[in-house]
Amino acid sequence: MIYQGKQKIWSDYQKEIPDDHWFYVRSCIRQSFFPASEAHFVKIVRDLLGKDLYENPHHTTCGGIAYHSDTIPQETAMTIVARQFALMTEAGYKNLVTSCITSFGNYTEILETWREFPELEARIREHLWKACRREFDKPEYVAHASDVIYKLRNEIAERAKFRLVNHETGEPLRIVEHIGCHYSKMFPHKGVGGAEYPCVLSGMAESWGGKVIDYPERRHCCGFGFRQYMVKANRGYSVSNTHKKFESMEPFQPDVIITNCPGCPYFLDRWQYVIAEQTGKTYGKNGYGIPVLTYEELAGLVLGYDPWDLGLQIHQVAIEPLLDKMGVSYDPSKKYLGLDEKEIMKPGLPTVLKCC
Amino acid sequence: MDFGFGLSPSSAVTLDRVDLSLYRKLEELNPDIRTCIACGSCSATCMAAEYSGMSVRKLILNIQRGADVSKMLSCCMLCGKCTMVCPRGINTRKVILDCCRYFK
Amino acid sequence: MKESVVIIGGGIAGMETAASLLELGYSPILVEQSDHLGGHVASWYRLFPDMTPASEVVASLKSRLDGVTVFLETGIQFINRLRDGYNVMLSNGVSIVAKAVVMATGFKLFEAAKKEEYGYGIYDRVITNRDLEKWFSGIPDERIPSAPWNIGFVHCVGSRDVKAGNTQCSKVCCMTAIKQAIEMKEKFPDAEVYCFYMDLRLFGKKYEDFYISAQKDYGIHFLRGRVSEVSETIDGRLLVKAEDTLSGRPVKINMDLLVLMSGMLCNPAAASIASMVKAGADDSGFLRSRDNVTGVVESERKGLFFAGACTGAKTVPETIAEARSAALSVHNYLRRPR
Repeated sequence: MIYQGKQKIWSDYQKEIPDDHWFYVRSCIRQSFFPASEAHFVKIVRDLLGKDLYENPHHTTCGGIAYHSDTIPQETAMTIVARQFALMTEAGYKNLVTSCITSFGNYTEILETWREFPELEARIREHLWKACRREFDKPEYVAHASDVIYKLRNEIAERAKFRLVNHETGEPLRIVEHIGCHYSKMFPHKGVGGAEYPCVLSGMAESWGGKVIDYPERRHCCGFGFRQYMVKANRGYSVSNTHKKFESMEPFQPDVIITNCPGCPYFLDRWQYVIAEQTGKTYGKNGYGIPVLTYEELAGLVLGYDPWDLGLQIHQVAIEPLLDKMGVSYDPSKKYLGLDEKEIMKPGLPTVLKCC
Repeated sequence: MDFGFGLSPSSAVTLDRVDLSLYRKLEELNPDIRTCIACGSCSATCMAAEYSGMSVRKLILNIQRGADVSKMLSCCMLCGKCTMVCPRGINTRKVILDCCRYFK
Repeated sequence: MKESVVIIGGGIAGMETAASLLELGYSPILVEQSDHLGGHVASWYRLFPDMTPASEVVASLKSRLDGVTVFLETGIQFINRLRDGYNVMLSNGVSIVAKAVVMATGFKLFEAAKKEEYGYGIYDRVITNRDLEKWFSGIPDERIPSAPWNIGFVHCVGSRDVKAGNTQCSKVCCMTAIKQAIEMKEKFPDAEVYCFYMDLRLFGKKYEDFYISAQKDYGIHFLRGRVSEVSETIDGRLLVKAEDTLSGRPVKINMDLLVLMSGMLCNPAAASIASMVKAGADDSGFLRSRDNVTGVVESERKGLFFAGACTGAKTVPETIAEARSAALSVHNYLRRPR
């Protein structure tokens, strides 16, 4: 692998990411999948690094899941998106930052479609006006929240309490980065590093001390695939795609997988349990799985937030082997205590995949 | 645990893991089969093709990809029309007879 | 005094044009940007279909240049159109007035790194047709392993590809791939050699025989399907993905070496030089001939001629024949009373 060759490609795909003043839109599903990720994004960006990040409680779904599951036409998704733009315009913001990759893809796709078909944009403006008497300006910049963390990666590194390094051996941790399909496959120039060698997550991992693994099925889908998963009869395709990825990354012995999409960490995490039940195989050491984190969770760990405050106990694959490698201290007795110190329920244990 | 779904079989062929021993035997007996350009004249003219899926082109390709060809072979009526139309001069009738020796 | 003719480009087209014009009694001035004559062919090892050493072709052309003024490492500052001819200003300060100018600016090999999915310049075992040819000539290349099991050739890299900015067929690559595949099989008889093609375009005399021999005598595998993606495995090999379109199934294969058949683009310098005299490229990206059937070597400007791959991808013999044709067209033009 010739690292300079990748750097050359990265220099062709440097996306402009504004420094400050963002209108933040959350994801529909991330708050239940990874309840602390978005909270920690706000904590890191607004509270720790002092940036202007604004949220509006009237923000709704972007319609992306429904659109990709063939349950609403694109025009409906466009009108929903137009309303989000209106909220942003009313709040006086021009930089949109989305928490969800599918939203990011949806916004980007819609803006590109309007650029190509201005008459469609005019029609959507009309729909929005009829529906709720709102008007909007299009955002000047659309960034994904991982773009923002990428942009701030060195500031985070300066404040790091832990590095992505095995604290006993001093070796960098082996990181698998997985990019959501809707981040840059549709429009390579809208993603940091393009579609073939995206560096939005690898850039974070490297500046926090890790070593990124480039395994053969790196670009492959996590297995979610919307209709592949949502229709039970197709679910075999979903888990097969995930299985293919794990088989491909296995020889590289990754310490952790980081992701920037709502679906990917969920499926890369949960399917490890299903694959273990179905095939008897696990991909981490000693019967454990490979921990899967969102980039906010990883940034949180690096900055020294408590793993249980970061919601890492909600993951299927046990996170403790990673914490031990990084030298992050944690209290096992508090794993299933909520913020109010009361027990949240303990999950049942799988028969094959080892969990703590 | 039964989830109601499982791993799907892959349709992908990993070429360097295909067992080519039968193909090697066949090409030793019929070196001309290497020159097949998959033009399809053999299949187009085949008396058995339309209702049985017989195709000399597919036969050669399937053997190269390690797939089972016994069912296809059983459909051939050995009329020899494919030999007549092959632009590469492959003795397809002999290929089929050799295949029958090894694959049936 | 003999009439001067300026020839821009010292590849095989420029050399043959100069040699032919010299033989016709003119005083050719050959201007070459690099430090040597022979262009792309000078860095090639052997030529299809007879495996002629490329150095012999260049040497034989060179031997006929005694009497030609050659400027190496010299560019074109500007060209002005005069009432009857051109004023050519060279980068070395020499200014030439000539009634006829021949552009023999050739082609530029497509930059294979632009096809990101193939990983040229990123993966250790991915090379181009030109890299392989240099290795054949004896220049070491550490990307080429000493005992490869599987070697792949990817046809049409940067040719017939809208996304790569070149919709043209580069014409010579199919044959070059087969030639190089045979040469690799000769060097590594135990290796399996695969050619991934979209169409095979083997149009010339003896080309088809070459193809049949590659199939029959060398056992080279031809797989109809364009490579979609290449990645590196843990042991530094390549995982290559394509569709076997004839069986309609995706195929994967681990390779030890992947050779990208980079296509031909018009030399970017050609269009800028041509534009100084209000000639230019057509929608193929190559220079616009007066007529693509009867006037390929003539431009739409009086006294401006073309030779070789500046008007489109060409083989070596086609280039040489066209250079002679350009010389004859110049000759007919100059002796015409005006």
